Amino acid sequence: MQYIDNIIFLILLVAGFGLFAKSLQNIYRNIKLGREINRTDRKAERWETMARVAMGQSKMTARPVAGVLHLFVYVGFVIINIELIEIIVDGIFGTHRFLSSVLGHGFYNFFTATLEVLALLVVIGVVIFFIRRNFYGVKRLTMKELFGWPKNDANWILIIEFALMMAFFTMNASDSILQMRGVFPEHGNFPISGITFVPFLEIFSFDNGFLSFVERGAWWFHFAGILFFMNYLYYSKHLHIILAFPSTWYANLEKKGKFNNLESVTKEIKLMMDPNADPYAAPAEGNEADAPSKFGAEDVFDLNQVQLLNAYACTECGRCTSVCPANITGKKLSPRLILMKTRDRLEEVGRNIDKNGKFEDDGKKLLNDYITKEELWACTTCNACTEACPVLLDPLSIIYDMRQFLVMEQSAAPQELNLMMTNVENNAAPWQYNQADRLNWAKEN
Amino acid sequence: MDFNIKTMAEYAAEGKSPEVLFWVGCAGSFDDRAKKITKAFCKILNKIEVEFAVLGQEESCTGDPAKRAGNEFVFQMMALTNIEVLNAYEVKKIVTACPHCFNTLKNEYPSLGGNYEVIHHTQFLKKLMEEGRLKIEGGAFRGKKITFHDPCYLGRANGEYEAPRVLLEKLDAELVEMKRCKTNGLCCGAGGAQMFKEPEKGNKDINIERTEEALSFQPKVIATGCPFCNTMMTDGVKHFNKNDEVVVKDIVELLAEAEDL
Repeated sequence: MQYIDNIIFLILLVAGFGLFAKSLQNIYRNIKLGREINRTDRKAERWETMARVAMGQSKMTARPVAGVLHLFVYVGFVIINIELIEIIVDGIFGTHRFLSSVLGHGFYNFFTATLEVLALLVVIGVVIFFIRRNFYGVKRLTMKELFGWPKNDANWILIIEFALMMAFFTMNASDSILQMRGVFPEHGNFPISGITFVPFLEIFSFDNGFLSFVERGAWWFHFAGILFFMNYLYYSKHLHIILAFPSTWYANLEKKGKFNNLESVTKEIKLMMDPNADPYAAPAEGNEADAPSKFGAEDVFDLNQVQLLNAYACTECGRCTSVCPANITGKKLSPRLILMKTRDRLEEVGRNIDKNGKFEDDGKKLLNDYITKEELWACTTCNACTEACPVLLDPLSIIYDMRQFLVMEQSAAPQELNLMMTNVENNAAPWQYNQADRLNWAKEN
Repeated sequence: MDFNIKTMAEYAAEGKSPEVLFWVGCAGSFDDRAKKITKAFCKILNKIEVEFAVLGQEESCTGDPAKRAGNEFVFQMMALTNIEVLNAYEVKKIVTACPHCFNTLKNEYPSLGGNYEVIHHTQFLKKLMEEGRLKIEGGAFRGKKITFHDPCYLGRANGEYEAPRVLLEKLDAELVEMKRCKTNGLCCGAGGAQMFKEPEKGNKDINIERTEEALSFQPKVIATGCPFCNTMMTDGVKHFNKNDEVVVKDIVELLAEAEDL
């Protein structure tokens, strides 16, 4: 009978991690639905970028208040999860505070005290974030586009993190009271719960039995909470705590102004410009495979894998939208929504595959059903959104690829742009001037 | 112009090549306002005796607006034609007063076979100044309030924030920065082919938002480094009926004025 705890623990552990692995597998499969893109060059620079931006949070400093609070929650939460090692060992082997025997008395005291301080910082961060988000009225956090799940999701994340920290303090407090009473051997140093939770629990003069129950309860809650939270990630924007890393690694390292040239088009144009080319020649064998099935992007399958990864990595903070000139002036475009809608569509496609074994046409597309032309045509390609993103996501590339589809596959540009493009094609200028008049200014005064 | 603007063809006929090719761009060639920028730049180059040439009738649109609108075909048609011309003249160094031409020539032409050293006119003038060839005395602007609007395709797109500011500082003017400047600069509303179409529906136009911000500092001059920004900001100033009090000028025009050219 004494092993029941350990067995339940193991089952929970395996189920928790197993489910999580399954979720990650789903995400991986969905991202793989996108076009391949070669982003494995300049590896040293990529590692450096990831270390600086994702681990070092370098872009979060642009908004210092949110930056510092985010650092609290990030560092705190990551380091506190080192505790998970101890929880797992204790849970499986039925030990109590296993790390104390590994780290030694002095260092274990330091370790637990540090965790307590970090946990306090997490609580401060989370509480202020909750207030900022719900009562303080930061515009990008209270926009209509977040109503419903995105807003609730954000609050759930904060509530769960708060609850986990509370369980952590409760566990430490009851443990340290039991230690003081000589029930448990003395391990660790708990300055924060010592000041806050211990006096509170002492008021009620609970007996040792009840405190042991509280300690175990909080321990189990903390453990189960972590497993739950881990599996919640899949459904949440909080996935960024994992996917920010690959997203920064695979980020576009080129100059922001550089848009990719389609190679398939180059071949065509070169053939067109070559006076010796036979216009009626059949394409060479095997060339069909080189050509993309279509120009630009109509659905998630036409986007590249980094763009799809970006959609999962977006944490919907809205820094992109808050600096977007189109959005600022009341237009429909919101770069954040471009990523959110891409993710929504991708998840829908994923569910379709789960259900049917492979993707069955559902009569929907990313274009029109999710992202409208009006949004796409409002973009000035100014790159404010990509500059603002703390994890180097690129909503502009999605907008651009979808514009390419509209123009090159559907000839569905706004009329004035068609006129401009015709002018460029015929007169080599976007306005209807004669190329022969290009140097007229030199003769004017 | 009271001096002769030479073309690449003329240089080639003489068996010579100039120090730099000045890529004028469509706005600089055809737009009445932008032509003044073109001329001001030529006057400065002429005064300090920089040997430069233009392509003239052999120049085409770089393809930037077509590409940003999503038309890769038209873009590459323009690009490959231009590259043929540029390569035929063995062009090494290009300077342009348009950040859109600058960006396209610099970043998008190389993978199509066009490899040149491409410089924005503010970068070029800064370099000439550092070499001691260009001397700027800012008398006419001493103490006047100037604010600079960063063009997206020079700034964020290519990371150049310094060159225009170095030149402006030489004018001894009082350079005031808008809150949204440098990496946080706000677009004038013309990029991404927006110049050629009506904006989508919204509360206001982007150039109005941007001009409002610039005007809030009560500057004498709004300085630009892009013919499209220039148009958008000029329209904005007119919208607020401030065109008697505030002028919108390209940096190169300010320099030419300071030199009384």
